[in-house]
Amino acid sequence: MRVLIRVLSLFVCLSWIGQASAQLEFEVTEGLTGAQPIAIVPFANNGAEIDVAQVIEDDLVRSGLFYGLARGDMLERPSEPKAIDYRNWKAVNMDNIVIGSMQTDPGSGRVTVRFYLFDVLRGEQKLGFEMPPTSPENLRYTAHQIADLIFEKLIGIPGVFNTKIAYVASKGYGLDRTYALMVADWDGYNPRTVARSREPLMSPQWSPDRKSLAYVGYDRGRSSIYLHNVRTGQVRSLVSEKGINGSPAWSPDGKRLAVTLSYESNPDIYIIDIASGNKKRLTTAPGIDTEPAWSPDGQNLVYTSERGGPPQIYMVSASGGSPKRMTFEGRQNLRASFSPDGTQLVLVNLQDSRYRIALLDVEDRSMKILSDGRFDEGPSFAPNGAVIIYATQGPQGAELATVSTDGRVRQRLRQKGDVREPAWSPLLKK
Amino acid sequence: MYKNLVLSLLVGGSVALAGCSSASKKDSSAGMSDNSADRFTSGANDISGQGTQVGSRQDDTSGLALSQRTIYFEFDSSDLTAEGKAIAANFAAYLVSRPTAKLRLEGHADERGTREYNVGLGERRANAVQQALLANGASGAQLSIVSYGEERPAVDGHDEDSWAQNRRVEIVQL
Repeated sequence: MRVLIRVLSLFVCLSWIGQASAQLEFEVTEGLTGAQPIAIVPFANNGAEIDVAQVIEDDLVRSGLFYGLARGDMLERPSEPKAIDYRNWKAVNMDNIVIGSMQTDPGSGRVTVRFYLFDVLRGEQKLGFEMPPTSPENLRYTAHQIADLIFEKLIGIPGVFNTKIAYVASKGYGLDRTYALMVADWDGYNPRTVARSREPLMSPQWSPDRKSLAYVGYDRGRSSIYLHNVRTGQVRSLVSEKGINGSPAWSPDGKRLAVTLSYESNPDIYIIDIASGNKKRLTTAPGIDTEPAWSPDGQNLVYTSERGGPPQIYMVSASGGSPKRMTFEGRQNLRASFSPDGTQLVLVNLQDSRYRIALLDVEDRSMKILSDGRFDEGPSFAPNGAVIIYATQGPQGAELATVSTDGRVRQRLRQKGDVREPAWSPLLKK
Repeated sequence: MYKNLVLSLLVGGSVALAGCSSASKKDSSAGMSDNSADRFTSGANDISGQGTQVGSRQDDTSGLALSQRTIYFEFDSSDLTAEGKAIAANFAAYLVSRPTAKLRLEGHADERGTREYNVGLGERRANAVQQALLANGASGAQLSIVSYGEERPAVDGHDEDSWAQNRRVEIVQL
């Protein structure tokens, strides 16, 4: 038996600004029938408050692609490879087993987590890592990293357990209504308030380097597009023309922002160079052009346009030219954005008086409806392209939902008050 | 047999470090102050007043009917109804009689459709009211426009009645 331990110095920046707020409650509403069994044995010497094995299991189970083994059903609890008796795991029909241990440095109090992933049927090691030492309160992120490593090994695509979601929470009516731009871990943990206002906050979008959010805010009857560094708290108003300043979308290189402005005539798409502030007008059609999104290669943009009547999705080169209509099914199609590999668009489709989330194949234009609400909107791809998060109307108000691109796994994220406009962060850059 | 393989994968490296160390603890809502209650004088609560009162406002010495300050719209429409035209005519007369007076036209949409598209619809409605005011003699310098799309509903609810009350332009005297 060969055991490999790799030391990971994966660095995660954890300083989030603002006070903690109400946390989103997470529920898997539809899982995969063919999910894989995996046993996550409690880690040895888990003295910290955070149960690392439990966080890993929760991550994997919430992906909908795995199911776990209750601790009471474990016939042994090994923490070292040589202590594993595979018969004990075959007996409970596990395909894979994760074991681990933790070591606290008495001086610094920092904790080192070591874990192994074993194939039960073959008795083979698939992974072995020693994670970088971390303070006990940050062990949740170490657990997410471990879950990412396991997920990528077994599923073949990157995990998104160390990602964030930004969203807008609002509550109250009339004069009491308040808006908060929030950032939380993908599973709803560690919610932080990035910005708060008594006027609407809209359309948050992550910069490709994951350091900043672009969003729309209002101040005394005027809207602006803000760039907000979520680590330093530094805020800059990028544009605040007369009329609409909306729909910010970062170019893949992070240097430009596509936006909607209406100061020259009606809502049109502009590209703003972030460093200089220079604007270039991209569309000129009468009627509304809005909701731009870049292709992953930065060559094209899709956007919502009334140029042919009711709103449909069009694609135009980032350097200008004549747009090409992309959607033909349904009364309206709105707010498209590209999948990370550029082969699909996720959008909002209006058909039979229902706004639902749909996938459009960029090549053959075939459309697949993914959601079943009446007012579903604001779809955003997870950075691994396997899951979409969107806003939907729940029994208690607006909430967030996720659906896998194959439509088989569904989850809900909700809290008191309305939650909407989710934006899934990029992966930490390797 | 154990074999140790050391892999140093430094992610985000010094840049991420710098980002962390310079993070400040202060509330970062600097982008928008939230202490100005005065920007909520828009009459968002005035949707029930269907009657046309005369001279109800303290500052309204012209005797014009300005109490009805909300103009409603049909679904997917930015055309003024007869009632909407009458309200606009009242405000146009007010602006003509008071050249220093200023109005803000706040456009709104119902919840159906995407949020940024609805900002466009709200602006189109505010523009329609602006055109009516200009056609009745108001000056462009007296008018400003903002669209809140579906972000500031007048009433809660997911039915035709609620939507009809939320598709509106509110006229705010500045």
